[in-house]
Parts: sequence; C-alpha cells; structure tokens
Amino acid sequence: MKRLNVIQPKALLKVIAILVPLLLNVNGLTFAASGQSAEVPKSSAAAAASPAVSAPAAEAAHGAEAPEGEEKAGDVIMHHILDNNVFAFEPFGSINLPKIVVGGFDISITKHVVMLWLVSALLLIVFSVVGGKYKNITPRNAPSGLANAMEALVEFIRLDVAKSNIGHGYEKHLPYLLTVFFFILFCNLLGLVPYGATATGNVNVTLTLSIFTFFVTQIAAFKAHGVKGYLQHLTAGTHWSLWIIMVPIEIIGQFTKPFALTIRLFANMTAGHIIILSLIFISFILKSYIVAVAVSVPFAIFIDLLELFVAFLQAFVFTMLSALFIGLATAHEGHDEAAAGVAHH
Amino acid sequence: MLTSGMILLAGSLLSPNPGLIFWTAITFVIVLLILKKIAWGPILNALAEREKGIQSSIDRAHQAKDESEAILRKNKELLAKADAESDRIIREGKDFAEKLRSDISQKAQTEAQKMIASAKEEIEQEKRRALDVLRNEVADLAVKGAEKIIKTTLDADIQKRIVDSMIQDLSTNRN
Repeated sequence: MKRLNVIQPKALLKVIAILVPLLLNVNGLTFAASGQSAEVPKSSAAAAASPAVSAPAAEAAHGAEAPEGEEKAGDVIMHHILDNNVFAFEPFGSINLPKIVVGGFDISITKHVVMLWLVSALLLIVFSVVGGKYKNITPRNAPSGLANAMEALVEFIRLDVAKSNIGHGYEKHLPYLLTVFFFILFCNLLGLVPYGATATGNVNVTLTLSIFTFFVTQIAAFKAHGVKGYLQHLTAGTHWSLWIIMVPIEIIGQFTKPFALTIRLFANMTAGHIIILSLIFISFILKSYIVAVAVSVPFAIFIDLLELFVAFLQAFVFTMLSALFIGLATAHEGHDEAAAGVAHH
Repeated sequence: MLTSGMILLAGSLLSPNPGLIFWTAITFVIVLLILKKIAWGPILNALAEREKGIQSSIDRAHQAKDESEAILRKNKELLAKADAESDRIIREGKDFAEKLRSDISQKAQTEAQKMIASAKEEIEQEKRRALDVLRNEVADLAVKGAEKIIKTTLDADIQKRIVDSMIQDLSTNRN
C-alpha cells in the first residue's frame, strides 16, 4: 500500500517529463516555422549573389537545414569533449597550441595536455603551501585552513583507502595513491570550470593512469611473492589439470583490472559533460525559451552539482580500486575469494 | 543527439593518441616525484608523528590511571592497617586500664582488709590491755573497798585471793 503511494508520484513525474517537452515542442515548431520564413529572403539573397547555385540546390539546402542544426549540436558537444589543438575562449578568441612531431610521433601540446599542466601547477602550488606548513608543525599544534582541508583528504586516503585495502606495507604505496587521487580530483574539478576541459574525460589520460596502476600492482606482486609466488598466483591454487584454463583467465584478469579503471573514469567524466551539453542543446534544438527555463537550466545545474560529486567519487573510486588491486596482489591468504569478489564487482 | 551517439560509436572518443599518453605519463611522473618530495613526505611524517603522539598520550594516560589506582589501593590498605592498628591500640589500652583498675582496686581492697585486720587486732590488744588495767583497778578497788568495809585482821593476801577468784568468775560469767 505504502509502496504504491511512493510509485505513483514518480510515475506522474515521468509522464510530465515526457509530455511537457512534447507540448513545448509544438510551440517550438511554430517558432521554427517563423524562423524559416524569416530566413527565406536571406537565402534568396545568397542565391542571387552566386548565380551558379540553382533554385533546386537552394531548396535542398533548406531541406537539410533542420538536420544540419541538429548535427551542429552534436558537433559542438563532441568538439567540447574531444581533444584538439585550439584552446578556445569563445567570445574572446582562442589560442592555437603548438604542434610538435618528434621522430614520426605526434606529441603536440593539445588542450588536454594544457589542462594536465594546469592541474599539475595547481597541485604543486597547493601542496607546496600545505607541505611548507607541515614542515614546522609539531604534534602539539593542529593544522588550520588549507592544510587542514587537505589533511582530511590525505588522512582519508591513508587510512580508509590505503591501510584498509593494502594492509601491511601500505606506506610504500601511499605517495602513488595520494598523487593519483589528487591528480584525478583536480582534473575532474577543472573540467567543471568554464573554459576548462576534462583531461580525465580523455581515454588516453585514463589509460596512462591505469597503466601506472597496472605497473605498481605487478611490481608489488613480484616484490611480495617473488617470481615463483607470482607464477603460483597465476594458477589460482587449483589442480594442475585446470591450469590450462586458469592461467589464461588469471593473465587476462591482470589486464581487465586496469582496463576497467580506464573505461570507468573516462566514461563517467565524459558522460556527465555530454548530459549537461545535451540538456542545454535541447533548448537550442527546440528553439524555445520555455524549455530553456523549465528544463535545460535547472537540469543542467542539477547535473553540474552531480558532476561535482562525481568528480570526488571517481577520484576516490580510481584510488580505491588501485589500492584494492595492490592489496590483492600482495595478499598472502584468501586470494581466490577476494579476486572472485572483485570480478563480481 | 543521435549523431553524437554515432560519433561516439565511430570511435573518435576512443581513438588512441600517443602524444597525449606521452605527456600524461611525463606530467604524472614529474608531479608524483615533486609531490613526494615537497608534500607527501612532510604530511605523512606529521600524521604518523601525531598518531604516535596521540597513542603515547593515551598510553601515558592509561599508565597514570593504573598508577593512581595502585596508589589508591595502597592508600586504602594503609588506611585499613592504620584503622586496625588504632583499634588494637585502643583495645590494648582498654585492657590495660581494666587490668590496672582491677589491680588497683584489688590492692586497695587487700590493703583495706589488712588495715582493718590490724586495726581490729590493735583494738583487741587495746581492749585486752584496758581489761587488764580495768581488772587490776577493779581488784584494787575491791581490795580497798573490802579493807574499808572489813577493817579487820583479815590477811590482805587471803582476801585478795578471794576477790581475784570472784572477779575471775565474774569475767567468765560475763563472757
């Protein structure tokens, strides 16, 4: 009974969410129709300017106008998401970034490289300030301000991520985990700043970061078990007759972990941006102020706040899983159960 | 919307870019090394030190608590011992006083007894002496009386003997 009561408003909301844009679309169509009529003289003027263009061609251009506008929205979104060589500050102009090719490899400075450097600079500034404060801090006085804020995050990574997942010998991996966490976090957050780009929304960046995790994990495993123990891990402790199945599965498993890390971070960061831009473009496609006020802006703000949360969440998830993989690779007992749990996850 | 999905599927989002991978790796490693030097070292050291400090403070507090409890226990023991000691002393004092009192009273009693006895004896002696004196006096008086009465040739000695015997009889009769 109670459940029904809960479901009904939700269903109602869904119906409204479907109906309202449709109704507004009708309104938008009239807008579009008036726009079309207004544009007729312009295109006729263009036709007059270039005599080579015949009337049917102009008609075809007219016909293609609506889908062209739609494609333009998609193009803008992809332009925003993808990496390129221009750092654009829309109304003010843009900066063309240098193109560098060394030995046949294109290592030009792209928008995402600039963002990475901005993130690095920010990280270095913030943590040189914080680190400087910690140099003359004693156990007797508490940190304050920025140092305190960062300490909360550092302490969280140290205890709840590293210590609880890696266990013994977690101190060795702390610098890597902390750097990865703050690097991804700052990348995610700078992606939400106007004119910024999300470097972590580029699969190459996330791939590189997860390759680092992969190497750290493998080295930790080798150090913890030695070559023999490492190879034994690949058999997952099963009978030798099963090795022909288990060994390939375990080897593939080693690679699926960083692959999952790559795709998770990349997809999460990209999806959020696509959703925000799509929501905004709804109002442009439907050519309606009502849609803009009622749907695009509120929903875009909501998703933007959600993205703020996701920025922290994904940085945490990446770090957490890295720590978990290191912990699994260095664990001595209960490897199989834990690995099965992660595979499920 | 549809076209954006098609672009995504077409792979431009997933297209590899060695340049970006290279720059990411370089940037990340440099940031990692610098941060390790300037930030993580001091921060983690400070955190570990603080953790240790807190742990040692807790330990010290526990130790102090144990110590104070031990001292309290010892104090209680001492107090109990002192109580017992004072009880004992009071009891002993009482016993001693009792004994002393009984001793003194006994002694006084015996002394009094003795004094009474000696007084009685003395009284007895005095009485006997007085009786002797009285007897002699009475005998003399009797003799004088008899002399005055008789004034005869009677021998004084014979008469005295008679009176003596008479007095003897008298005293025995009286007793």
